[in-house]
Amino acid sequence: MWRWLHPYAKGEATYQLLGRWLPWVTALALLSLTVGLVWGLAFAPADYQQGDSYRIIYIHVPAAILSMGAYAGMAIMAFIALVWQIRTAEWSIAAIAPVGAVLTFIALFTGAAWGKPMWGTWWVWDARLTSELILLFLYAGVMALYYAFEDARTGAKAAGILALVGVINLPIIHFSVEWWNTLHQGATITKFAKPSMATEMLWPLLISLVGFALMTAAFVMLRLRHGILRHELHRPWVRDELLDPQQEQS
Amino acid sequence: MAFDSFRDFILMGGYGFFVWLSFGVSFLALFALLLQSVLARRQLQLDCARQQHRQQRLAKRQAATVTSAKE
Repeated sequence: MWRWLHPYAKGEATYQLLGRWLPWVTALALLSLTVGLVWGLAFAPADYQQGDSYRIIYIHVPAAILSMGAYAGMAIMAFIALVWQIRTAEWSIAAIAPVGAVLTFIALFTGAAWGKPMWGTWWVWDARLTSELILLFLYAGVMALYYAFEDARTGAKAAGILALVGVINLPIIHFSVEWWNTLHQGATITKFAKPSMATEMLWPLLISLVGFALMTAAFVMLRLRHGILRHELHRPWVRDELLDPQQEQS
Repeated sequence: MAFDSFRDFILMGGYGFFVWLSFGVSFLALFALLLQSVLARRQLQLDCARQQHRQQRLAKRQAATVTSAKE
């Protein structure tokens, strides 16, 4: 396996591989997002308790799940970067953090816009909302630390350590609705229990979830590609990639 | 179709403001991220070209000093 994996520790091989996959991942993401969201918005039946306001779930839940999934991915990359000193892993910390931050913002914002009509308030300081807000601050902290040092590798190490320490927040977010009293409803989809949702509502949610996952992957791939170029800007292959042949001769 | 008319679809049973606010802001946030991610390539091209010009200029100057030293 190491023989197969090793070239991808080098920037150029990873850049080319991501470039081959990116169009497919993007197309599949757009397709599943369109299907999931249009189905959820227009074709799924209204909820018997929450009426049409529940349709916010089709962005809220996928964004919230992926905000945590992206963090887990970033923490794994931080671990690889700290233990094996692989530079592409360091760069992927910086590629994932802004995407995760935007997903966390979307989860928080749509949650507020759903809470207002259902709970009567945009925000409460309960465990679920507060821990998700802390996730946003963790992403912001990782980005700030990453770029806070003159030496990029020191920054990546500091950001990686923060990302690993912040993993403790993930189980807190997940179990917050069980451990503490809250206005927030329990999980809609779990791996073990039967989903607490009608099938005709569940399908668009699952498709939308797949769409958000693919979209997150596409964003990370795009940003990691640019991260690789940024760090290897002085190398000839990057020059060939970025500059037109005519421009180079001038 | 869960709605009888386009008007009903926009109204969302009275929750239209909250539903469309959620979808609108989410779309804007993702669009901003996309724009920022895509524009990064343009910046990289500029930086790369600048770096190359600088190297060429330095190489020329070095060549000039070497020839003048020989004379």
